[in-house]
Amino acid sequence: MSSNGNAPTTRAGKAADYLDQRTSVGSAVKEFARKVFPDHWSFLLGEIALYSFIILIITGVFLTMFFVPSMALVEYHGPPATMDGQLMSDAFASTLHTSFEVRGGLLMRQIHHWAALIFMAAIVTHMMRVFFTGAFRKPRELNWLVGTLLMILGLLAGFSGYSLPDDVLSGNGLRITDGVVKSIPLIGSYLSYFIFGGEFPGDDIIPRLFTVHIFLIPGLILALVALHLFFVVLHKHTQYPGGGRTDKNVVGYPLFPVYTAKAGGFFFIVFGILALMGATMAINNVWSYGPFDPSPVSAGAQPDWYMLFLEGSLRLMPGGAEFVMWGDWTVSLNVLIPAVVVPGILFTFLFVYPFLEAAVTKDKREHHVLDRPRNVPVRTGLGVAFLTAFIILALAGSNDLIATHFHMSINTITWVFRVLIFVGPWFGFWITKRICLGLQRKDRELVLHGHETGRIVRFANGEYIEVHRPLDEQERWLRVNYSAHTPLEVEPATDSRGVRRKGYAQDKRMQRLSRFFYEDRIEPVTPAELAAAHSHGEHDAIAGGEHVEITSGAAVGGGRDLVEPDAENDGPPRH
Amino acid sequence: MKALAARRHHRFAPVVLLLLALLVTGGVYAAFAPTPANAETASTEDIETGQKLFQANCATCHGPNAEGSSTAPSLVGVGAAAVDFQVSTGRMPMQMNGPQAIAKPPQFDEEQTGQLAAYVASLGAGPAIPTDEQVDAELGDPSSGASLFRTNCAMCHNAVGAGGALSEGKFAPPLWDTSERNIYQAMLTGPQSMPVFNDATVTPEEKRDIIAYLDEQRDGSAGGLTLGSLGPVSEGLWAWIVGMGLLIGAAVWIGAKSS
Repeated sequence: MSSNGNAPTTRAGKAADYLDQRTSVGSAVKEFARKVFPDHWSFLLGEIALYSFIILIITGVFLTMFFVPSMALVEYHGPPATMDGQLMSDAFASTLHTSFEVRGGLLMRQIHHWAALIFMAAIVTHMMRVFFTGAFRKPRELNWLVGTLLMILGLLAGFSGYSLPDDVLSGNGLRITDGVVKSIPLIGSYLSYFIFGGEFPGDDIIPRLFTVHIFLIPGLILALVALHLFFVVLHKHTQYPGGGRTDKNVVGYPLFPVYTAKAGGFFFIVFGILALMGATMAINNVWSYGPFDPSPVSAGAQPDWYMLFLEGSLRLMPGGAEFVMWGDWTVSLNVLIPAVVVPGILFTFLFVYPFLEAAVTKDKREHHVLDRPRNVPVRTGLGVAFLTAFIILALAGSNDLIATHFHMSINTITWVFRVLIFVGPWFGFWITKRICLGLQRKDRELVLHGHETGRIVRFANGEYIEVHRPLDEQERWLRVNYSAHTPLEVEPATDSRGVRRKGYAQDKRMQRLSRFFYEDRIEPVTPAELAAAHSHGEHDAIAGGEHVEITSGAAVGGGRDLVEPDAENDGPPRH
Repeated sequence: MKALAARRHHRFAPVVLLLLALLVTGGVYAAFAPTPANAETASTEDIETGQKLFQANCATCHGPNAEGSSTAPSLVGVGAAAVDFQVSTGRMPMQMNGPQAIAKPPQFDEEQTGQLAAYVASLGAGPAIPTDEQVDAELGDPSSGASLFRTNCAMCHNAVGAGGALSEGKFAPPLWDTSERNIYQAMLTGPQSMPVFNDATVTPEEKRDIIAYLDEQRDGSAGGLTLGSLGPVSEGLWAWIVGMGLLIGAAVWIGAKSS
């Protein structure tokens, strides 16, 4: 619709021209519309998170219209029958009112809650994709940090929202938070009084969490989402390895019209699925739990799934680790370790990993082509170890439900998980690394010898061979185009004049770490190896040499990697 | 066959093989799995009085005169309510040793259960079987029942009576399929790990309120499918399975090349 001398004639054209003459928006639109985006379903995982966040805002705005963030006690009259006439806080009463008496209120609440669960699930899945494909490497380390911060903010958003209705379950969660805060040495009790405005539960926490939940955290998330997307545009999108894809190009389709339609349509699919879930599947029926009162805790009291690892960590910790120091200081290691130290370790790993890998790799290049997870076995193994720990903790947080549903003893389950939390991640790492190395070997095998076809050919001299079909160029490129990093080489401990070098110890440590990463590795097939593979044996399938062209003429004869005999055969078989 | 042979190196071939293997294993298991024996206890037909029933079915553990033994408690003074609860829910006679007696289809019909209860009641005074009016949910107040359930029952039986875990393989069972009479009797007699809520702790009217609250739960949830009413864990599981399952499916569909 850009004008090159001719005035636009259509109505849309005129409107666009009007806008363009006043804002010069045309060049930006042109730039974005032509921006090329690579095609893969896993690149849409982040979009799920973004769209569920938008849905969270839309439904959240609706809910704020009816929610009363106050802990003042009222006697509630209204549906359901099980709550009629009970004493409760304004917050809980307004939640019941929204659910039962506001048209569409319960649907909005349920969509909001399902969207929150999906928001976190999509973030985690997106992070897994980024981690396992190495998309956090230079230049995207900072964006990984922004993303990890977004994940933590998502946890806080979820937790603060979960606590707002002031039902028994959310109050239990707040009580655990209170305990965790109090377990922090020295400042714990002061901090708890500061947060709750006095002794738990007080009258302040709901109004405070309301501000945090609807203003502070969504604002931060919005700002960081903007930064996150800005980085995506700035760095351009990563792409999966394949023919023609390099670190210097982006292979895909322009944003307009295909991706605009796909992404726009996907928003409505996400909204539709969330609306369907909200309409048909009950979630967080607060009237089942009843208004908060500090005394009752019901069976099956658990947080939403993304906080379940903390619950599990607390459930696994033996209670005996609490002791009283001189001067009457109680040190609650039984809470401090599982609720502060364990998540601290997990989050630190996420924040530090890109920089750790860069340090042990000493790789200063920019990477825009993604890694296949098998080609970086230790990273993939560490990712699986992390997930294993997270899943074991989440399962430990559900130990009572596992006990009732699988008819097991909760004590035994807890002990099994206590062992597994140490053994499981290690085992996950080890087996994943071995699988990756095995897959790499299989890739080498495939590149060198081609696909088995299952066709057995008998020669006149009685020899049987299986025919192998060589890989096409795309298949081969995918399997050979990566670099296997080698452990760091460090300079010697002393310089040429025999003086001890500063920083040698640090280098040595890095080298040890680097060996852990890259000691075991499978090198990609080199052109020379490929040539050698095709010329070994007395019956050459393909002539060897620097320049290999295996798709062309193929010969019939002995040798393990023989090509299809009835493929277009130029010359006679060479024997 | 030729088409099959040509595809045996297809990359989905192992998946198909695995599915076939699972199918065959499952089929063979279904065909040969031992079916539970359902032979009638031959002796029951010949016995008419509760005492004879007791001596034939219960005395091995509880002693010939219900005085108890090293493996089972004395039943003198437990009352008719306890017998009716244990026998009509099938918990007694006990199916097998385990962390706790499991409910199963009752072994005695109503008449025989009544005869057993009458026999045990004659040994010493104890709680009687409640009347229909005492357990009528229509007469109870579900709101008062909700408060009472929350403070007395929910810590083991879950907020809406979906059940929960206890230590060492014991558990508090779900209450939705339990009859109103049995709920009342359980509160009154405290079977197995359950504490006794006698009429001084929870009055008969309050017991009826609790029954009324549980009755409200039988209709499901205003929000839709209850997902077992198990709370955030089952919600999270379904969010991943249904939500992320559908969304990733849609993403794969959108990301697929049009061809």
